[in-house]
Amino acid sequence: MNERVLRIEGLSARVDEIEILHRIDLEIRPGEVHAVMGPNGSGKSTLSHVLMGRPGYEVTEGSVTLDGIDLLNLPTWERARAGLFLALQHPTEVPGVSLESVVTESARAAGRSTEGVNEVLVAEATRIGFDDRFLSRPVNVDLSGGEKKRNEALMMGALRPKYAVLDEIDSGLDVDALAAASRRIQEATDEDDLGVLAITHFSRLLEVLEPDQVHVLARGRIHTSGGPELAERLEAEGYVGVLGETGTPVDLPTGIIHQAGFGDDPFVDPLA
Amino acid sequence: MAQVRRTALNRLPDVETPNTDEEVWRYSRISELNLDRYTPLKRQRAVDTVVERDLAAFGPMSAVVVIRNGWLVEVTLNAEAADAGMTVGPIADLDDGADHLGAALDVPADLFGYLNRAFGPEPVAVIVPDGIRLEDPVVVVVLTDADDAAVFPRVIIRVGDDAAVTVVELHTSTEVGSLVVPVLEATVGSHGYLRHAVVQEMGPRAWQLAHQAFRVDRLGTVETFAVALGGDYVRTRVDCCLAGRGAEGRLTAAYYGEDDQTLDFRTFQDHAASDTTSELIFKGAVDGSSRSVYSGLIRVRPEAVRTRAHQTNRNVKLSSNAWAKSVPNLEIETDDVVCSHASTVSPVDEDQRFFLESRGIPTGVAERLLLEGFFEDVAAAAPHPAVVETLREALAERLDRRKAGEEDTP
Repeated sequence: MNERVLRIEGLSARVDEIEILHRIDLEIRPGEVHAVMGPNGSGKSTLSHVLMGRPGYEVTEGSVTLDGIDLLNLPTWERARAGLFLALQHPTEVPGVSLESVVTESARAAGRSTEGVNEVLVAEATRIGFDDRFLSRPVNVDLSGGEKKRNEALMMGALRPKYAVLDEIDSGLDVDALAAASRRIQEATDEDDLGVLAITHFSRLLEVLEPDQVHVLARGRIHTSGGPELAERLEAEGYVGVLGETGTPVDLPTGIIHQAGFGDDPFVDPLA
Repeated sequence: MAQVRRTALNRLPDVETPNTDEEVWRYSRISELNLDRYTPLKRQRAVDTVVERDLAAFGPMSAVVVIRNGWLVEVTLNAEAADAGMTVGPIADLDDGADHLGAALDVPADLFGYLNRAFGPEPVAVIVPDGIRLEDPVVVVVLTDADDAAVFPRVIIRVGDDAAVTVVELHTSTEVGSLVVPVLEATVGSHGYLRHAVVQEMGPRAWQLAHQAFRVDRLGTVETFAVALGGDYVRTRVDCCLAGRGAEGRLTAAYYGEDDQTLDFRTFQDHAASDTTSELIFKGAVDGSSRSVYSGLIRVRPEAVRTRAHQTNRNVKLSSNAWAKSVPNLEIETDDVVCSHASTVSPVDEDQRFFLESRGIPTGVAERLLLEGFFEDVAAAAPHPAVVETLREALAERLDRRKAGEEDTP
């Protein structure tokens, strides 16, 4: 029996020949919630995409194992079958393909029974407050940002992964949807022992989803790790306070941060 | 009829063979055509053989017409449709047959239009009188099984004022290397409604150069639906003339090219009266080293104020050797119109495929779901469930072949 852990060891990766991640080490055990927080441009999204094997992201060194299974040698769909789930910041609209057929085909590929998929979806939809008339409609098409987030949580609930990577699912303005999605994920950590790697810019996700550990990512490296108090410190002091001037990205001109409405401190929550 | 043929024949020496310098033949394979290869059939062949067909999927039908190598070989008209006054048969049998010929297409568009008039043995008319609305479809089987032949079927549809009918044409051939030049002329009367489909499943060696002309009167509607699957080179020209105020045209097509076949569409949305609406959606996939061509013109004439016209052509390129060309055009001669056109040629969307893969769906299955989804909205526009079924089955067959092909290549 392999040790149950999602283990990221010495992971470095590049995009377009530019090294974005440098020797990342993380261990997520069943039922644990790890938050990876960092300013814009720190490599957060790259980490989530590398874990799921998105084309265009090249791993240069290191390893990722899921309960002993080497993920980096697997195509994306087999990583999912092994138990990894990626919830996207901007869930893709898939015209002409229903949620029901996605979950059915996923179950089929994993060798699971495809019977009862609809019942599971209806139950999950009720749980997350998602209108079940969306179940037979094309995935994410014409859904609001908030509905898309509920949909991601719904799919996670239906697919029952062992580990979920949440890529900045707290972007967007629908606070109720975020709360519902976070609550569902929190419940999965308690009920199904789901391990969570929550990648986020803001701390508001962590109001519902309680992290066991917080890691601060800066310039592609894990700069600091600590308990939930680290998130509180980030909230109070901002990234500059925690990382110092040198820890914030130099490659992102402040003008861009201003345009994005983050002010001087990229950590300032626009909703706060 | 003899007069029409003679006139067309006399004009033939003056009509030039089209070439790719003409916009409407650009990107076509017309330069490969050697007309001398084909012989117009002087008489019907193999009259005694019954054409095999399975039309069970259509359920009850108002009429069945079978045209073989250009000749009308069978007409079955159901009693209800006959009692309602519907006529189906050779145009020569109609008292006013001459009025219908050329009603939607008075001057042939090109050499092939003239050839059809000169050599077409038996134009077939489907006449729905004023006020008659038929529920059950008319199914027209257009079969070609003569080799090295030039075949000239012609169908004429008249939908009267306040009348309605669905006509589905099934174009098939055996593995013959023939040239088929079908012409369809359809007129829709005031408040009339025509739902029309062509399902083209020609054999792999066949050439088809088709022309469909629709003319719609005041507040009438035409819906056309094309499923293009077979043939070596198949070109379809569609002229939809919205001739009366408030007339409406909805043009939809789904096509799928494989191997080295070419599927070619030329459309004209001709707004000739005020308050007319046209909506065109053509979607196709090209695999192997197949090619597709779409060129479309929205023309809004000076009198056609308050026109609404939309044109969308989307192509999915499934292999690096496949090729698709999409050329939308607008020609607007008045103000106060709403027109749009959009066209794309692209591979399967990478983000969509990644999204499905990230949910545990193997790459091949993900692409299949995306392709089925791509055609889903056009399938919804089909005039009859049997046509949707044919499209879905054809798509499934092709996607299975695709999968088999991928498994063969390590």
